[in-house]
Amino acid sequence: MTSASLDFDIGSELRAELRRWRKRALAVGLLGAALCAAGFLRAPFQFFRSYLWSYLFVVGLSAGSLAWLMLQYVTGGAWGVVIRRPCEAAARTLPLVALMFLPIIVGIPNLYQWSHPKIVAADEILQHKHAYLNVPFFLVRAAAYLGGWLLLSWFFNRWSAAEDRDGPGPASRKLAALAGPGLLFWGFSVTFMAIDWVLSLDPKWFSTIFGMMFMAGQALSAMAFLIALMALLSFRRPMSEILTPRHLHDLGKFLLALVMVWAYFSFSQFLIIWSANLPSEIPWYLARMRGGWQYVGLALVFGHFALPFALLLSRDLKRNFKLLAGIAVFVLFMRLVDLYWLVAPGFLRGSFGLSWLDFAAPAGVFGLWLAYFLTQLEKRPLMPLHDPHLREALEHGRE
Amino acid sequence: MTTPIYGLMAEFDSPTALVRAARAAREKGYRKLDAYSPFPIEDLSGALDLHKNKLPLIVLAGGIAGLIAGYLLQYFVTVWYYPINIAGRPLHSWPSYVVIAFETTILFAALSAVLGLLALCGLPMPYHPVFNAPRFALASRNRFFLCIESRDPLFDRAQTGEFLLTLDPKEVSEVAH
Repeated sequence: MTSASLDFDIGSELRAELRRWRKRALAVGLLGAALCAAGFLRAPFQFFRSYLWSYLFVVGLSAGSLAWLMLQYVTGGAWGVVIRRPCEAAARTLPLVALMFLPIIVGIPNLYQWSHPKIVAADEILQHKHAYLNVPFFLVRAAAYLGGWLLLSWFFNRWSAAEDRDGPGPASRKLAALAGPGLLFWGFSVTFMAIDWVLSLDPKWFSTIFGMMFMAGQALSAMAFLIALMALLSFRRPMSEILTPRHLHDLGKFLLALVMVWAYFSFSQFLIIWSANLPSEIPWYLARMRGGWQYVGLALVFGHFALPFALLLSRDLKRNFKLLAGIAVFVLFMRLVDLYWLVAPGFLRGSFGLSWLDFAAPAGVFGLWLAYFLTQLEKRPLMPLHDPHLREALEHGRE
Repeated sequence: MTTPIYGLMAEFDSPTALVRAARAAREKGYRKLDAYSPFPIEDLSGALDLHKNKLPLIVLAGGIAGLIAGYLLQYFVTVWYYPINIAGRPLHSWPSYVVIAFETTILFAALSAVLGLLALCGLPMPYHPVFNAPRFALASRNRFFLCIESRDPLFDRAQTGEFLLTLDPKEVSEVAH
């Protein structure tokens, strides 16, 4: 099979299906956003808490996809070619993601203790941390993370379009050259983002592996989303002509690997803090292991690790589009639970709590994001026309 | 009465010819056949239907055995034989067992993969009849061989030989036991 015999443009049936999905996503997103607006007026504290972890979820989808995009340029290979366009589309949602940061700015006084001069004045430790944890520097850093991702997304999409237009050439080389430094930037920016936006909710607590957990979480969210999307695309032209079980098998292996990496980082943090048993470190876990939160934690151990791990060991399952997509959607749901477990208990010391805004906020944020993503996905052919590994990808898994 | 033989060996000079021949033999109904080539040919596993074997199950069993063994080792040492109070923790402090239990899981799974592979391949094997085929040494250089074994129910010395000749081989030879 050669690239000349294939048309990578979205077929009319697929376009209609994507539009249907976009309509649904938009409806859910608008409903969620309207409820969020009501929540903002009636219960602003609760709104910002629910919004923060919902926002982190879509940040993970966009920035995580950007990371996969860069990784596939670094490593090459057939698996990367088939997800390149969805990754690019997810990276192009970053302007929306940056816009969605605005409510967090408004919510800083509601979310972060260190933003209150009175609390800082009464606490010596917070005074020492003030050089880093202060509102202007927090905003500058957030602008650096979001701006950096936006810039990377802009370059990768621009050069990718140039490669489609002019064939392999300088654009392909530039894509490969930026990917390595870009991944490095992603690693640092996600680490600091995790410290700023999540870890500083409890400004006296610290964990050096926290950024790694978010890197694994972002990569896992993005891969689970991409797998679910690929399974949806695989039933219609043009992807029905391109995708083979072997492509999905490769992506399924990544899903398995990341489920394990996430568990490894999460358990490492727990083991180290549990072993040291220091008064300055354990309150974070105590808040998450009492009053009902322990069941959420156990649900994470089983649902975010044990169950997907055991299922994904099977080769046949990873080659079955529908089953693999089912697990991917389940993992995405567990990602939400994980973010909820990381963020919410800090605000509700002692007892479990679930507000109606914890449903409205993720629905609103993810619904709007998905609708925008599908708009972006439609704009370009579903496969890169001149990727250096295109031929390899088309022959992958064919006899 | 002729002496029984191990099988009939056909020699091909390209991997495509070998895959085609293997497919044809499978279609004809032969099941006890094996192919020999100087390098791995991915399509060949499909043609010979070699995708399924017991190795994954052996590795899984080895891993689970390692998990249980590693956990019990620590349990008996810290709870049963040397019950020492460490930082006021319960004797059965499972979080500290996890890392070592994980390592023994990997160790046992890896060992059962190596040993299981050797056992399933029947190695070590000091003697194998296929080496009696003339020119078989070329299987590690530039020739491709397909052997239909005499234990196949459909095997018939004359008919199978004729069938192999229809596959356009360079040569068909009998393999002595």
